[in-house]
Amino acid sequence: MRSDAGKLSLILLMAPFALWILLLIVLPQLGIGYVSLREKVGPGQFTFGFGNYMDFLGEPIYWNTLLRTAWMSILVTILALLVGFPVAYYIAKIARQRSRAALFLLCLIPLWVSDLVRAFGWIVLLRETGLVSGALQWAGLISGPVELLYNDVTVVIGLVYTVVLFMIVPLVSTLDGMDDALLEAGYNLGGSRFTVFRRIIVPYAMPGIVAGCIITFMLTAGSYLTPILLGGKNSSWFTEQIYNQFITRYNWEAGATFGVLLLGFTSLVIWLGLKLTGQSLATTVAKD
Amino acid sequence: MAQANKSPFLTFVYRSYVTIFFLYLVAPLLAAGVFAFNDSLFPALPWQGFTLDWFFNDTEPKLGMFHDERLLRGLKNSVYIGVIVSALAVMAGTCNAFLFERKQFPFKNALYVLMVVPLVIPGVILGISLLVFASMIANGIDAATGVNVKWLRPGIPLIVLGQFSFLTTITSLVIAARLQKFDIALEEAALNLGASRSRVLTTVTLPFLFPALFSAFVVSFLVSFENFNTTLMLVGSDAPLTITMYDRVVKVGSTPVLNAVSVFLMIASGSLALLSVLIQRKKD
Repeated sequence: MRSDAGKLSLILLMAPFALWILLLIVLPQLGIGYVSLREKVGPGQFTFGFGNYMDFLGEPIYWNTLLRTAWMSILVTILALLVGFPVAYYIAKIARQRSRAALFLLCLIPLWVSDLVRAFGWIVLLRETGLVSGALQWAGLISGPVELLYNDVTVVIGLVYTVVLFMIVPLVSTLDGMDDALLEAGYNLGGSRFTVFRRIIVPYAMPGIVAGCIITFMLTAGSYLTPILLGGKNSSWFTEQIYNQFITRYNWEAGATFGVLLLGFTSLVIWLGLKLTGQSLATTVAKD
Repeated sequence: MAQANKSPFLTFVYRSYVTIFFLYLVAPLLAAGVFAFNDSLFPALPWQGFTLDWFFNDTEPKLGMFHDERLLRGLKNSVYIGVIVSALAVMAGTCNAFLFERKQFPFKNALYVLMVVPLVIPGVILGISLLVFASMIANGIDAATGVNVKWLRPGIPLIVLGQFSFLTTITSLVIAARLQKFDIALEEAALNLGASRSRVLTTVTLPFLFPALFSAFVVSFLVSFENFNTTLMLVGSDAPLTITMYDRVVKVGSTPVLNAVSVFLMIASGSLALLSVLIQRKKD
């Protein structure tokens, strides 16, 4: 009787989970895999093969865009880690109890503001008639208005801005658990600041670093608004290609191929990151 | 304290760095905010004086956001989508939390990883895969029965499904974290005292979970509200606010009414987030 009820409740609890994962995640992914292998030979007629992938490889614009998206995403992830780590350490370890919560909240505020508002803010700041250009002219550093939008540096700055909070939050929650006694022990045993950092702090923060890097990388590679609005028409970001194929050209076969490639690429990088650091998805990302 | 080892100079450098970082964080938000109040047709200097026209004025060319039909419709759609998808995601998330915290079943670890996976799939991919899958089903039904299933075509129902697909992971994790802290002895005590299972659930367990349920709802609502990537691929004729704003930026260019919407969004989402933090804190 008791175990029957247990079984029934297990089935009832399992049902929404199974429906969700199967219908909204697994089958749709298989769906784009299927469409990516489909080649249109005539109206309503299809053959199957790797033709779409061959087309991708045969067109340098496509794979250059993917490579560009890839290395810029990796660059943004590294920058976000370098920029975010000191801030996370400050919040978790150095700030006083009271200001710690305030700083953490301050960190979270931009997180709740849409990407679009943030990108729009950068546009207002950086365009030719923008605040920065105006300030530089006022200070006499430049003679005429200068366009600071539509270049790679701006795109990278904007992307780091968009994702750095997703780096800081997991880092803070990991570093928060670190006992200060560990650091003192390190110093007492004669370790220099650098040694303590490398041998104690970094290994301790590793789950947070990995979680932050995974989320950051994935968000960057999959971002759409920031590269397009700050990089302009020539930003050549891979998600833009996907959008163009799907919505503008209505070429779903090519779009699905690009989608599979982007997903394959981000999964590969995330898997490599987890393997190299000996972490698992469940223990890093799910922790916060 | 770790701080004791630092020289005053290094501490100063460190402090300045953190200060500069926070300036970097607020700079674009401030820039977006300030020009909502500039009495000019462009969100740029020079400062022409303070005005609230971009919120409340009802005539062109300075049409305020509260009189702009399309923006208001976008806002309404966003709220509608946000409420539905958050309610669904909280319900599914609660089931998932009980499933993974309370039950034992085969392949539990593998399924747990599967539950986390939607968080690491780029939003654009979630969008196109659902678009493709829903169209395949709709085309199949159309070919077999001649019925055109409207809600499987781009539009609000698909946006809800698309956002639900990754929000459920977030709500599951938030609620599971709270359920983990629950002392199962409380439930056992209530059962021993003769309460039925459903009564225990509604009077003991769910009240304990309430702060997590509430903050999961708020988080999903905010994430849904600001979501762009997944929504972009699934949007039909009823566009939510982010898409409407994006259209405006691309087609019309930046106008101060967008600054006004930004201010409105910052205030609204800021107070919602704060409310959720306060409720969470009070109960802890």
